[in-house]
Amino acid sequence: MPSNKSVSDAPIVQFTNCRILRDHQLQREDLWVREGKILNPEKLFFDEKGSADIQLDCKDSIITPGFIDVQINGGFGVDFSLATDDFKAGIDLVSQKILSHGVTSFCPTLVTSPPSVYHQVLPQISVRNGGAHGAGVLGAHLEGPFISKEKKGAHPEHCLRTFEAGAFQDLLATYGTLDCVRIVTLAPEMRRSSEVIQELTKKGICVSLGHSVANLSQAEEAVQHGATFITHLFNAMLPFHHRDPGIVGLLTSDKIPAGRRVFYGMISDGIHTNPAALRIAHRAHPKGLVLVTDAIAGMGLAPGRHTLGQQVVEIDGLNTYIAGTKTLSGSVATMDTCVRHFQEATGCSVETALEAASLHPAQLLGIEHKKGTLNYDSDADFLMLNDNLYVQATYIAGEEVWRQDASGM
Amino acid sequence: MKLIILENYSQASEWAAKYIRNRIVQFGPGPGRFFTLGLPTGLPRDHPESYHSFMWNNFFKHIDISPENVHILDGNAPDLQAECDAFEEKIKAAGGIELFVGGIGPDGHIAFNEPGSSLVSRTRVKTLAMDTILANARFFDGDLSKVPTMALTVGVGTVMDAREVMILITGAHKAFALYKAIEDGVNHMWTVSAFQQHLNTVFVCDEDATLELKVKTVKYFKGLMLVHNKLVEPLYSMKEMGAQRSQSKKPYSD
Repeated sequence: MPSNKSVSDAPIVQFTNCRILRDHQLQREDLWVREGKILNPEKLFFDEKGSADIQLDCKDSIITPGFIDVQINGGFGVDFSLATDDFKAGIDLVSQKILSHGVTSFCPTLVTSPPSVYHQVLPQISVRNGGAHGAGVLGAHLEGPFISKEKKGAHPEHCLRTFEAGAFQDLLATYGTLDCVRIVTLAPEMRRSSEVIQELTKKGICVSLGHSVANLSQAEEAVQHGATFITHLFNAMLPFHHRDPGIVGLLTSDKIPAGRRVFYGMISDGIHTNPAALRIAHRAHPKGLVLVTDAIAGMGLAPGRHTLGQQVVEIDGLNTYIAGTKTLSGSVATMDTCVRHFQEATGCSVETALEAASLHPAQLLGIEHKKGTLNYDSDADFLMLNDNLYVQATYIAGEEVWRQDASGM
Repeated sequence: MKLIILENYSQASEWAAKYIRNRIVQFGPGPGRFFTLGLPTGLPRDHPESYHSFMWNNFFKHIDISPENVHILDGNAPDLQAECDAFEEKIKAAGGIELFVGGIGPDGHIAFNEPGSSLVSRTRVKTLAMDTILANARFFDGDLSKVPTMALTVGVGTVMDAREVMILITGAHKAFALYKAIEDGVNHMWTVSAFQQHLNTVFVCDEDATLELKVKTVKYFKGLMLVHNKLVEPLYSMKEMGAQRSQSKKPYSD
């Protein structure tokens, strides 16, 4: 059918025979894309008198916004906390490989490292759009070194630091640069954390609480100063106690500033959190749940030994421990596995599971006007899934960047 | 007139849809030969429940119609009467309306031709009756002050010019209007009654809509259902079009 468009000559693609996730529901609607964005077909029809140039039959797939992973330490042999010569190639490799897991945007995460690592690595990370080359980079997530010794988990103790001397200046000196930093995880009980949190928030950086022994009031104060995220809830923090719920208590705290929402990351690989705990968190605060992989270099590779920054980790099946210990260190789960496991463990709707990996991380980072949804004028980053939530195809800016049968992954 | 009585809303809708489909297929549309379907107009453009949205979501997005073949009266046009006159010209240019499909108001109106509308009226700006404004309030959050008091509408005469007219009437609240339309005389207070003077009218209704009719009328037309159902069975498709063209369009006439 000839198209007659007054706004643009770019080709219009109409994805038909599909169910799309829109307005929190799977609806039987067609998805229209032009120039890398989701197009409003009604305006096209009446205002431009245009129609589709290409129609694609999606064979009854589910179409969901692409997944956004805000905590991923590496994968496929690449460790983002290692200052190698070919660091950029490492980012490229991971961003390309995770397309098959349905991830269209991510935050490369660095665990606690010496300042030299940050100074070498951070300038090599740049925010960039995704495409055929790989998922988009939204910015770095710096998990540490301003965290608690008691809850360091897999982070190396000798690299932990405080900022009690110079507050924000200390932090800046440690990292070297904050350009392209999107999230910083820190422990709010540390002295002068409030100033640091305020300063980071002013710069548009998302502050996350984690690897901490903070009690609930300290956590609430941090939120009041701007913190909006909790790094892998339950892990590396004080357990929930009925007289002092600690950081976990933020999920139902009444001291959250009006109009703000606290989000919390969960690694739903079946190992980091007991399914019952996952359900408790989900039921307490469903709109804040953000699925993350916390994947490490060994993800996507055979079991064995790999690095995680300054540490050596051992992979045995789905379990990843600091070599010779029982301390969990990251995961080898993929994002689509996490989505499926989350849906099974909580019995939630498909829509809820998909939004926990797309809409909620977009809302956390304040980018839901262009990512994380299939609303008109959003970036056309989306996935085709089958009914069991396995990724069949990945699209970024309306272009197919990965397909199940082609690569056979 | 053919009065088609089905059991309920779904069955009435389905029968009507099948009939329209068969009519289109038998007409044999093609390049340069358009099947012109007429539909009554509705709410103003810029409302979320606007007529454009309604038509898009309920009709256009489900079919492969070209946007340039869609002509909707524009309530935002600078010169409304000129818009109406141009619309009449467009109908003429398209070769006239082949089939007009419409509903009926509880006050017996067709399109927005409220009681008192001339039975030979053309497309024009029409003031709306209070009943219609009340009925439309649900599209404007129940706020009566927001409901438009005027609308552009095709006239009774415009619809009478169509080669065939199909009226859909379902629900008990329409029963009295149906009675006035087909069992009483032609009257400008019940404008649908004008179609008693049209050669090809089909009224499709459900049981509830017949509540005010004479038992005799209902029995008569129900008895004709065997014959009327031949209009929807077999269901033709465009692929078989060639073979069917040689057969006559209707097995009988009114």
